[in-house]
Amino acid sequence: MATINEYLTFMSDRIDQIFTLTGQHIYLTLIAVAIAILIGVPLGILITRVDSISGLVIGIANAVQAIPSLALLGFLIPFLGIGSTPSIVMIFLYSLLPIIKNTYTGLANVDRAMIEAGRGMGMTDAQLMRMVQLPLALPVIMAGIRISAVTAVGLTTLAALIGAGGLGQLIYRGISMVNNKMIISGAIPAMILALLVDFVLSIMERIVTPKGLKK
Amino acid sequence: MIRFENVVKSYGDTEVIKGINLEISNSELVVFIGPSGCGKTTSLKMINRLIEPTSGTIYINDQDILKMDPIELRRNIGYVIQQIGLFPHMTVGENIELVPLLKNWPKTKRRERAKELLNLVGMPPDEYIDRYPSELSGGQQQRIGVARALATNPDVILMDEPFSALDPITRAQLQDELFNLQQELHKTIVFVTHDMDEALKLGDRICIMKDGQILQFDTPENLLRHPAHGFVEEFIGKKRMWQQPEYVKVEDIMIQNPIKAIPTRTLTQAMEIMSGSGVDSILIVNERNQLLGIATANDIRSKWDTAKRLEEIYTRNVLSVHPDDSIVEVLKLMSQNNIGYVPVVDVSGILKGLITRSSLVKVLGEKYVG
Ligand SMILES: Nc1ncnc2c1ncn2[C@@H]1O[C@H](COP(=O)(O)OP(=O)(O)OP(=O)(O)O)[C@@H](O)[C@H]1O
Ligand SMILES: [Mg+2]
Repeated sequence: MATINEYLTFMSDRIDQIFTLTGQHIYLTLIAVAIAILIGVPLGILITRVDSISGLVIGIANAVQAIPSLALLGFLIPFLGIGSTPSIVMIFLYSLLPIIKNTYTGLANVDRAMIEAGRGMGMTDAQLMRMVQLPLALPVIMAGIRISAVTAVGLTTLAALIGAGGLGQLIYRGISMVNNKMIISGAIPAMILALLVDFVLSIMERIVTPKGLKK
Repeated sequence: MIRFENVVKSYGDTEVIKGINLEISNSELVVFIGPSGCGKTTSLKMINRLIEPTSGTIYINDQDILKMDPIELRRNIGYVIQQIGLFPHMTVGENIELVPLLKNWPKTKRRERAKELLNLVGMPPDEYIDRYPSELSGGQQQRIGVARALATNPDVILMDEPFSALDPITRAQLQDELFNLQQELHKTIVFVTHDMDEALKLGDRICIMKDGQILQFDTPENLLRHPAHGFVEEFIGKKRMWQQPEYVKVEDIMIQNPIKAIPTRTLTQAMEIMSGSGVDSILIVNERNQLLGIATANDIRSKWDTAKRLEEIYTRNVLSVHPDDSIVEVLKLMSQNNIGYVPVVDVSGILKGLITRSSLVKVLGEKYVG
């Protein structure tokens, strides 16, 4: 058994590499989650408006979620090749469901009376969405984004398998070389990253929660 | 003025509003009341088109609202709903300024108006304008609800059970405040409630509904005195009138055939009539039954002379009341002047009855206790 010191030395010798891979990791996660937000939130809004397709959209997102991640990655290679594009698409597809679902439930659970009050005061549909529904649903939507982002940090380790880099690279190389030190030097930064994302987003969640709704 | 013409609302095959006609005048506070599910809220929401009638027409100031832009229509109608009507993520100020904002008022004008309205509902702006609804009591929240509905000074205000979630004391207080506000502002208000006391307290007229129809649309007084329908009477409560003394009239409690005599009767005859009927006063009328005055047994005894006639001794210029005066006024009159008898005469002075202390006690006792 190697001592903690040996691990630390191992890691500090490769600190530049770890930083580079962490940077790649953050980049892949960020792009994928950002796209998932840009598509998932509007999609979630859309299905509250057009109720007939809500089952279908959530069903598809659920099904995608159910595909094993490694298999999904494999499916994407014939279409998108290898590298960061298929990785980002894979992470994006996984991040979509919690965002759509939370946007949808967040909006659907806004008190009917609130909507009626807004409408009764003469708000247009767009005003109602912007001034009433979205602010009231925002905490729930943010919670969805948080779940997505934390999951995405973990998923991004798979990107290394198809040459997109990220902390997964150290982990997989460590596995093939049966080198625990290398596995750990990829896994620990990935873990810290996930906890950090969770922490930062939980603060964001608090910030976006309308003041009047906080206790 | 708001007018419903043959308004029907159906959901599928069920008609929930069955062709109602009604007319609400300007500056009138009309209360919709009736059992749960009778269509009060539906009728109210058809006025700001949150619900569209299946057939029929609704006019506001002779304009068909179905031909108006619903957004514009709603911005010109105040709307107050039960407790949760305030937006929890907006401050008191933002809530009040909402319709002005939708109407693109400049910021300073909106703020000014919000402060003005806070003062109007008795909540100092400095203290409350930046608070969130969750930082207010239920009563204060409803005051803000009312202030918000008044923000752009609309002519018409719709209120759907605005006070129903409040405790009885706060509710009574807000009812009083609304009543006073209305004396000042003269809005056309449609007010939904299921509380008869509230309806009687606030309504200029009350519209009693059942199963999507209007049973009676009348002043509180007429509803109490002349319920058009067994259900109305039952709904109002048979004893209700007696709980609203201002609606109880002299004719409801007077003695219908008081003992009377013409002035030319002798004192002996008068004493005879009185002891025969067991009373101690007699009303003096002329041949046309017009009241001239009164004589009590004491008056007669103190001026006793068998040859004298009533006309020589009776008291003239007695206080009298009309049959449709309220008993509140009569009670006041009797206690202020310390009298035990008040004759009742109509406009041409014809004697209609008599109220005495003992008749009051007897009738009121029956109504309240019996
Ligand atoms: N969207 C709807 N679909 C079908 N029926 C409805 C709908 N909205 C209301 N109703 C029915 O219409 C009738 C009138 O409803 P409304 O809300 O006007 O009653 P209300 O007099 O306000 O009752 P409450 O005192 O309980 O508030 C009820 O029988 C109700 O079930
Ligand atoms: Mg109702």
